[in-house]
Amino acid sequence: MVSRNNKTSELVEVFRRMWLIRAFEEKASLLYAERQIAGLLHLSIGQEAVAVGACSLLRKNDYVFGGHRSHGHAIACGADIDKLMAELAGRATGYCGGKGGSMHIVAKETGFITATGVVGGTIPLALGAAFAAKERKNGQLAVVFFGDGAGQAGAFHESLNIASLWKLPVIFVCENNGYAEFTPLSAHTKIEYLAQYAETYGIVATTVDGNDLFAVREVMARAIKKCRNNKGPVFVECLTHRMRGHYEGDPAKYRELSQLAEWKKQDPIVRVERVLRKKKLATSQELEAIEAETRALVEKAAEFALTSPLPAAEEIVRDVMT
Amino acid sequence: MRELAYYEAKFEALDEIMAADQRVHLINGTFLSLSPHRHVFQNLKQKYGERMVAPPISELGFCGLATGAAMAGLRPIVDLSTGSFIYEAWPQVANEAANAFSMSGGQTRVPVVFHLFHGLRGGGAAQHSGSPQGMLWNCPGLEIVIPSSPRDVKGLLKSAVASDNPTIFVDHTRLLDIRGEVPENDKPIPFGVADIKRTGRDVTVVATSYTVQVALRAAATLAQEGIEVEVVDPRTLVPFDLATILESVEKTHRVVIADETHQSCGVAAEIAARISESGFDKLKAPIRRVSTLDVPVPYSPPLEAHIGPSEERISNAVRATLA
Repeated sequence: MVSRNNKTSELVEVFRRMWLIRAFEEKASLLYAERQIAGLLHLSIGQEAVAVGACSLLRKNDYVFGGHRSHGHAIACGADIDKLMAELAGRATGYCGGKGGSMHIVAKETGFITATGVVGGTIPLALGAAFAAKERKNGQLAVVFFGDGAGQAGAFHESLNIASLWKLPVIFVCENNGYAEFTPLSAHTKIEYLAQYAETYGIVATTVDGNDLFAVREVMARAIKKCRNNKGPVFVECLTHRMRGHYEGDPAKYRELSQLAEWKKQDPIVRVERVLRKKKLATSQELEAIEAETRALVEKAAEFALTSPLPAAEEIVRDVMT
Repeated sequence: MRELAYYEAKFEALDEIMAADQRVHLINGTFLSLSPHRHVFQNLKQKYGERMVAPPISELGFCGLATGAAMAGLRPIVDLSTGSFIYEAWPQVANEAANAFSMSGGQTRVPVVFHLFHGLRGGGAAQHSGSPQGMLWNCPGLEIVIPSSPRDVKGLLKSAVASDNPTIFVDHTRLLDIRGEVPENDKPIPFGVADIKRTGRDVTVVATSYTVQVALRAAATLAQEGIEVEVVDPRTLVPFDLATILESVEKTHRVVIADETHQSCGVAAEIAARISESGFDKLKAPIRRVSTLDVPVPYSPPLEAHIGPSEERISNAVRATLA
């Protein structure tokens, strides 16, 4: 007998959300290869546990910020994948009317405030949202996702310092996947874990296995509680791996094949599935159905995107100023 | 009508703004610069201290903070103090604040005001004398406000805070002590409306910021030579009121543009291009620019005095355009 309680359904939903990200990213990769998506595409396949582990515990009125690899973050916040795929395909029906594209997703109604194409660009923005949240005294907080590459940017350091000084309710979530663009972290800094930076600024910092959904949720639950009780900021470093190159088209020759094989064994989706099976929280059929359902939703999203109109020329001058 | 000093009008504006809207926060506080009047600012601290913060020297960090706070519903005014310091915050101003509304397809408004003091200040040298408004005009998505009188600073600051767009408020320390009429119960001044600071029939001088005051002095001198100069002050660069300038050119047929940004790609260059495109048939002489020379600003006072849009250079340009 499978016990059906709130916690079970929540876990199954979380698992479903991870699959939605995986399916979406894999489809985006195909569309990109077909030149239906322009510009640069940065996929987060393999990093689903961080996005979903963090965002599944947030409230709708919390503020979430991402980077250039943020489709997963937006989906984890509950973004509409039809509008998301349409945005990637530069359509008028996209979240940003085709004005932003992959690196600049904004799904405001979900709390996903903005992504950015500039490494570290949203870290100070998250500070500001946390500043506003603190003024309101209603427990709102801000979360900002960035990679290990951002740890060497000036904006990162200035932000950590101010957040610590002013006790802002912000959770810095570092997705340390070991590579900043095309070089390993060791070519960017002498320190081994970015949590060490945070400690320098007097910020409570934890490093966890970012491919373990439950570990991420546990550390995030503690971080969220701290921030809601005005005891922030908090730094959470999630060790993970991106299964694709830095961008689509990057052959990633800088990675050892053996390294990739090792990481595939740690696939976050497979690991959650193992837990769900072992604890009999879902049957094989249910689990397979989840993959099939999410892939079907993504197909629908792709169809919506590709049959949507491109923006009209007049849109160029719309929404530049209010 | 009552007369106020520029710094008094500016302080009055801040006081009224802070009283009217709890969402307004002041980040940093040299709104009256390091002038002898800075003690006046303490009065604001007594009334609104909880909404005034002093960050560490991290312009990139606190300008990003202001931008993010605006995205999250506050209406911050962030003071950069010396205009050159905005270069430290450039990514957050030009890449995030300027782009957010458009990039988000209209979902995200950024009602932040970036306040700074630009220009030649007497011994500031190259790193404390910047006038970044030329470069900022080249970043679509930013409003740029540039007052030159007590009435204007009060009315424009109110409009800047009320605007939902990211706004650069370009002030000048040499304006702080000038006096001018400021009506009681004045109204906010809308953007995109130029002001004729002096009427005249012979030459149109378009000037901005402190250079408006310099142009007015030049006009007084030229009047003694029988040359009547019309001084037009755009008051805002974005949005820009070209129509008022063209009306003036229709009358005078000659234009001199005087401004403190460096000549290349500066404010005068853009204004000249716009007048030429739309008003070519009204002109009887080429448009002349009186900009800060294209050199890093030197320290020594006589050198500094030589490179800016001085009364002498403006007067010479006016005479040359009539020759």
